[in-house]
Amino acid sequence: MRALRAYLRSPAGVIGAVLLVAVIAAALSADALFPRDPLALAGRPLQWPGANPRLPLGTDNLGRDIAAFLFHGARVSLLIGLVASVVAVGIGVMVGAIAGFYGGWVDDLLMRITEAFQTVPNFILLLVLVAVFGSELSVITIAIGLVGWTAPCRLVRAEFLSLRNREFVLAARGLGMRDLPLILGEVLPNALPPVIVYASVVMAIAILLESALAFLGLSDPNIASWGNMIGAGRAVLRTEWYVSAIPGGAILVTVLAFSLVGQGLNDALNPRMQVL
Amino acid sequence: MSAPLLSLRGVSVRLPRGADREFALQDVDLDLAAGEILCVVGESGSGKSLTATAILGLLPAPRVTLAAGQILFEGEDLARLQPARLRAIRGARIGMIFQEPMTALNPLMPIGRQIAEVLEEHGGDTGRVTGLLEEVGIPDPPAAARAYPHELSGGQRQRAMIAMALAMEPRLLIADEPTTALDVTTQARILKLIREIQARRGTGVLFITHDFGVVAEIADRVAVMQRGRIVETGPASQVLEAPEHPYTRALIAAVPPLLPPRRPPVAPGPAVLAVEDLRKTYRGGGLFARRRSVEALRGVSFTLHRGETLGIVGESGSGKSTIARALVRLLPTDGGSITLDGAELRTASRSAFRPLTRRIQMVFQDPFASLNPRRRAGDLIAQGPRIHGASRAEARARAVRMLELVGLDPSAAGRFPHEFSGGQRQRIGLARALALEPAVLVADEPVSALDVSVQAQVLRLLAELKGRLSLSLVFITHDLRVAAQICDRILVMHRGEVVETGETGSLFAAPQHPYTRSLLASVPGRGWVPPVQDTAA
Repeated sequence: MRALRAYLRSPAGVIGAVLLVAVIAAALSADALFPRDPLALAGRPLQWPGANPRLPLGTDNLGRDIAAFLFHGARVSLLIGLVASVVAVGIGVMVGAIAGFYGGWVDDLLMRITEAFQTVPNFILLLVLVAVFGSELSVITIAIGLVGWTAPCRLVRAEFLSLRNREFVLAARGLGMRDLPLILGEVLPNALPPVIVYASVVMAIAILLESALAFLGLSDPNIASWGNMIGAGRAVLRTEWYVSAIPGGAILVTVLAFSLVGQGLNDALNPRMQVL
Repeated sequence: MSAPLLSLRGVSVRLPRGADREFALQDVDLDLAAGEILCVVGESGSGKSLTATAILGLLPAPRVTLAAGQILFEGEDLARLQPARLRAIRGARIGMIFQEPMTALNPLMPIGRQIAEVLEEHGGDTGRVTGLLEEVGIPDPPAAARAYPHELSGGQRQRAMIAMALAMEPRLLIADEPTTALDVTTQARILKLIREIQARRGTGVLFITHDFGVVAEIADRVAVMQRGRIVETGPASQVLEAPEHPYTRALIAAVPPLLPPRRPPVAPGPAVLAVEDLRKTYRGGGLFARRRSVEALRGVSFTLHRGETLGIVGESGSGKSTIARALVRLLPTDGGSITLDGAELRTASRSAFRPLTRRIQMVFQDPFASLNPRRRAGDLIAQGPRIHGASRAEARARAVRMLELVGLDPSAAGRFPHEFSGGQRQRIGLARALALEPAVLVADEPVSALDVSVQAQVLRLLAELKGRLSLSLVFITHDLRVAAQICDRILVMHRGEVVETGETGSLFAAPQHPYTRSLLASVPGRGWVPPVQDTAA
């Protein structure tokens, strides 16, 4: 309750939450508002927004309804963001917790592996994974999660390193507690707040990565993702710029929403930010 | 008395809304004459440190502000001065010494440079740096001037701080708990130094402390603070020997006398815990770092008998905390043996040791860090029995019994650690350890983080429980006053070795080892015996 009140005191958090709710609402109402397949031909190609009252945001160069694409695209983006960040944070927490809790050679080994991932730029690694495993939505989502786990891993490890020798952890150890309940019950709950904050950043990054893939034409072409539309609109960028700009704006709003929510969570969960 | 050097008149400091009280300081009147040491003494939260901050004009505005009053220093009202003018006074005419010299000094600048900086700022002669360091008794001043703070010991750092505070020959020196972070022997030397300098230069010293021993050692006059008010002021002898205000009386009654109480001689019971030639070396460094090793325990042996309290005393770095952690296997050791009722603890495998944890439990020093902030008190206490196979209901019932045992209300079970005071938290820590019904309790500085009055309560509780539950206690402390009151036998540690062991009474009466003697001679206010009062609870 106190955390919620602290969250509502942060203007960034409130704005972020409102934007996020709007994006979620768009995703949920997509089927009701645009029951037709968003990939189907809806009318003459390249109609400007407002030109045709039936197609409020116009059509792209393949004659698809941009508004329908936008609403259905929200689903894809949120799904990718959510699943990819669960994968990234899940792996990161697991590896980071083990490395930070045990330290020593276990930590050395796991950190070298983490560094191996970190030395390859995220996007290049993602391209390699997609090139090898194909470009279905599920593969792309998991691949995005796989390239993003290192940062949460380092964060969790740092938290564990500082928490594992706190007296309350030692006390639980002194009671004869086994390692797994120590990690899950004593250390992890105290290490989570910064990870939760960071998860929102991971979501934003995941959405951007998918868009970048789609822009290069390497994402799943059979889904209505925002990146796909930007990629399609690239060909007519100089004359019908709105084809790229509208989904671009949607990505901007969604990523902004996640970052602002992250900032709000940070204010709420960070006790040092709390006013007396 | 001539016009005082410093006088506070009706000073009130307002706290932000939502704090535990409206005013941190309320109507504080203080007078300090030149050449006098005034001790401001009180428990945590009494506003004693804030008094110093207010005088220096360093209150964390705008949340904490001076609401009323005058702060007259040599006739000028510091509360009404412009910031620039105040800056010229701070450091030049008022010197300041802080509690922790390591954080008060800039770690990236040599000591000499830092002192020179003060001199430059106030137009002093930077050539005096070595002379100043010499005056505060640092050996080899030119070398010390070139040294960085981390290269000096705690005591030397505090001397450097004092040199810096004295650089401009201030008329007033404010010392905020300057010896609290130091070992007793170092503390004794620093107190002596402050006394000497004060006498030589006629400086007025405002000395803030929580320790009545230090007050007895150094004060000319004493002001006692309670919840932002000064409840009693007077000459040191009067306040210490015949306190008038009930709060002062209670505080003084809570100070453990250095004289061990007479104990009926008890026949030593059978040995519960035997430690033989225990060794531990800390090795630092990683793959490429320079290897450094510290021998924390160099062959320590002792026996703990049933129903006995064995005190382990020593200064920081003596290895006493290492022993505590080694006993409960929170720290791997390099050699020797620890036997608990015939079972070898040191080399037992982790799975073999786990069931033994219920026979030996530990109480930690810091009541704030030793409880998981996300668990309720009841769960914290029930954790141990649950781990050792008790059912949920059984463990819960035991937790409630334990809460009652340590003097807390059973309803406390549903509250989180942050809802308790320091003393109450320490009781929860104790209840958690006792819930496993251990034979041996290892207490590592269990009362050091507590105010004296709370400390007395926890010590009484510990003594009482020990008798009732026939516990054997290993009590680790740096405070010889506490040790005198609670321990049957005492082990004196110095640099990883046991230098002396003895029955408490005889050890205090006739210490054999020179180190034990110097330790006893350094206890602040050792000459002062707190007056026995009938109000003593």
